[in-house]
Amino acid sequence: MAKKLVKGNIALCEGALAAGLDAYFGYPITPQNEVPAYMSNKMVSLGKAFVQAESELAAANMVLGACATGKRAMTSSSSPGISLKQEALSYMAGMEIPGVIVNVQRGGPGLGNIAGSQADYFQAVKGGGHGDYHLIVFAPNCAQEMYEITYESFDIAEKYRNPVMLLCDGIVGQMMEPVDFNKEQKTSFAKKEWCLDGCKGREPRSIKSLLMADGVLEQHNLDLQKKYELIRKNEARAELYQVEDAEIIIVSYGISSRISKNAIKAARANGIKAGMIRPVTLWPFPTEAIKKYAKPAVKFLSVELCLGQMVEDVRLAVNGVSSVDFLGRAGGGIVSDKDVLNKIMELKK
Amino acid sequence: MNKILSKPESLKDNPLSYCPGCGHGIIHRLIAEAVDELGIREKTIAVAPVGCAVFAYDYFNFDTTEAPHGRPPAVATGIKRTNPDKIVFTYQGDGDLAAIGTAETIHCANRGENITVIFVNNANYGMTGGQMAPTTLIGQVTETTPFGRDPLREGYPVKVSELLANLEGTKYIERVTVFDAPHVIQAKKAIKKAFQNQVEGNGYSFIEVISHCPVDWGKTPLEAVKWVEEVFLKTFPLGVIKDTTK
Amino acid sequence: MKIYNEIIIAGLGGQGVLLAGTILAQSALEQNLKTTWFPSYGAEMRGGTANSTVIISDEEIGSPIAFAPSGLIALNTLSLNKFLPRMSENSVIIANSSMINADEFKSDKRIKFIPISEIADKEIGNIKAANMVAVGALIKLTNVPDLENVTKAVKTAFSKKPALIDLNIKAVNAGYNYK
Repeated sequence: MAKKLVKGNIALCEGALAAGLDAYFGYPITPQNEVPAYMSNKMVSLGKAFVQAESELAAANMVLGACATGKRAMTSSSSPGISLKQEALSYMAGMEIPGVIVNVQRGGPGLGNIAGSQADYFQAVKGGGHGDYHLIVFAPNCAQEMYEITYESFDIAEKYRNPVMLLCDGIVGQMMEPVDFNKEQKTSFAKKEWCLDGCKGREPRSIKSLLMADGVLEQHNLDLQKKYELIRKNEARAELYQVEDAEIIIVSYGISSRISKNAIKAARANGIKAGMIRPVTLWPFPTEAIKKYAKPAVKFLSVELCLGQMVEDVRLAVNGVSSVDFLGRAGGGIVSDKDVLNKIMELKK
Repeated sequence: MNKILSKPESLKDNPLSYCPGCGHGIIHRLIAEAVDELGIREKTIAVAPVGCAVFAYDYFNFDTTEAPHGRPPAVATGIKRTNPDKIVFTYQGDGDLAAIGTAETIHCANRGENITVIFVNNANYGMTGGQMAPTTLIGQVTETTPFGRDPLREGYPVKVSELLANLEGTKYIERVTVFDAPHVIQAKKAIKKAFQNQVEGNGYSFIEVISHCPVDWGKTPLEAVKWVEEVFLKTFPLGVIKDTTK
Repeated sequence: MKIYNEIIIAGLGGQGVLLAGTILAQSALEQNLKTTWFPSYGAEMRGGTANSTVIISDEEIGSPIAFAPSGLIALNTLSLNKFLPRMSENSVIIANSSMINADEFKSDKRIKFIPISEIADKEIGNIKAANMVAVGALIKLTNVPDLENVTKAVKTAFSKKPALIDLNIKAVNAGYNYK
């Protein structure tokens, strides 16, 4: 099929629809307003559920409810709204309810601004809500990935019975690119032996996170950690770009990885061996991929649209073997390819 | 010997963990009877709140889920919208429904979700040890109103049923109580009708059950029952508040 | 990389700068080129200027944000003032002389003044087509994408409003053929 020119936010919707989305619950906030608007049309036309909720809290809890019954549901928002969704995310993680939550990041803290940003990394990968849990976090960097990763995220959420977050940014969400809508419409799904679909012919089921009996909550946490270990093993993903001979390796995700790529091309044109490891999953973080290229002669540079969050995980992965530098801007400021190139030049010295 | 009474199928065999003299056990049973009588047990999904009734899933013999504090109406919306063939109800206390979950309560009602809400009003936060609830009466002493609820300081009891009756999305609202047998019979009728409405697709039904909480009220069960009749019901009068299904 | 154009289209909200950008991007797609389109959005659109950035290349595109624009369409004075400092020596700049006083900028030899709004209003009979006149004028100078693919893109973009196809193609041609 011919490629279609669409916004990242629309590609995301199409990915969810092709994955067999049963319900979308949302609330307006820039820069993700295309998503609820598009879904309000598509879902209703398809005879599926769409609710513009009274709040981000409610929207996330509607996802919790729908997904507890084994249906495919998602919600989307941007940074301040994602803070409100943390309650439901913690519950979903504890109750092991799958579901897809999209954060089209904007500038913060507080109300911030509506420019693209990458300041919610900590919130996405280090918890965000209360308790010892992890979301599976993807970071698409183009409209095609907004489509493909969203499509896939429902399967992954269900496979592990764990909420998945798509950590996007205002730029990838708002930009248009040609997208190849190459996925087959999903219509059949594996039977879920845990969901609430009425107790006909079986014992009643109950999904909960309140585990008061002695030792039960601790065991539940240990079981969750086993699951997270499995996810770490199976799902960590990164794109490697010209890393084999690289002396300077940029680690960058989402929109900043694209800006960095421009800089790497320019650096190479100037005879500097630069390359990039782009985490496609932020949790699990592609620690092994980074570790593999960490050598005393290699310098790492984390490029982010914030003042230094992912760089901490890069340092942990590198574990002192290579130096790790940082370049970033905050509050809607955009690192330019020239800024990145200058930093590469500086590191080369 | 004829068996004249047995445990409803919709209740599990687990002993209730509620305090002696608490109203929750009665209300659980009424729901279970209604579900049994309507033959909907195998397609019922209950949403338990945060509060005393969080353990509802240990007692009800059908599918149940938990919701964050105040969010049962949102969780129920998610369930019902994706499973219109299932019977979905929330069971919520006054703190859950009328304080932290006010927005969810009002908007779920206003959307006219085809669900059933059982609202247990016992004028205090039972689970956490008897603090002031939105429905605590004027002058009532609680853990956090040691001088009695003063409207100048703590505002007035929230009359949720009357509030919701103003919304076009609500179809059936009745306030009942369970402190004596005749009222239990009336409560049962109302609860059953609220489920029947959902089965028939009539829309949002809301039953407020005035319940007794002797332990946190610092009363004996008998005193508690008397207090419901003589004091509590003065602020929260019983009866059908709205019924557009007739 | 033989082709790499970063084009900014800027004007007042309502002048159709976002649509003009998507037409350019769609044309690039019709021509089997790589492209990205990025808009100003949200509160920025209210009151001030709106703009969209289109990047067209024969290779994979990194950033969708133009750090060194090679082309500018400015439909009003505010937009010209805002983006002029970002343009380089070789940039192609088209300015709408119907809304911009050309005399104020006459020292800048890069700027090509075209009465875009007037052409749309008088020749095409619809002032809303000014954006398409501008697109036509731009591709005349950049050669990429070509007129044929812009025509195709207009047909694709207006496939749900076929009544507007001819008018917009006419507008593109009016801009393209302006001397």
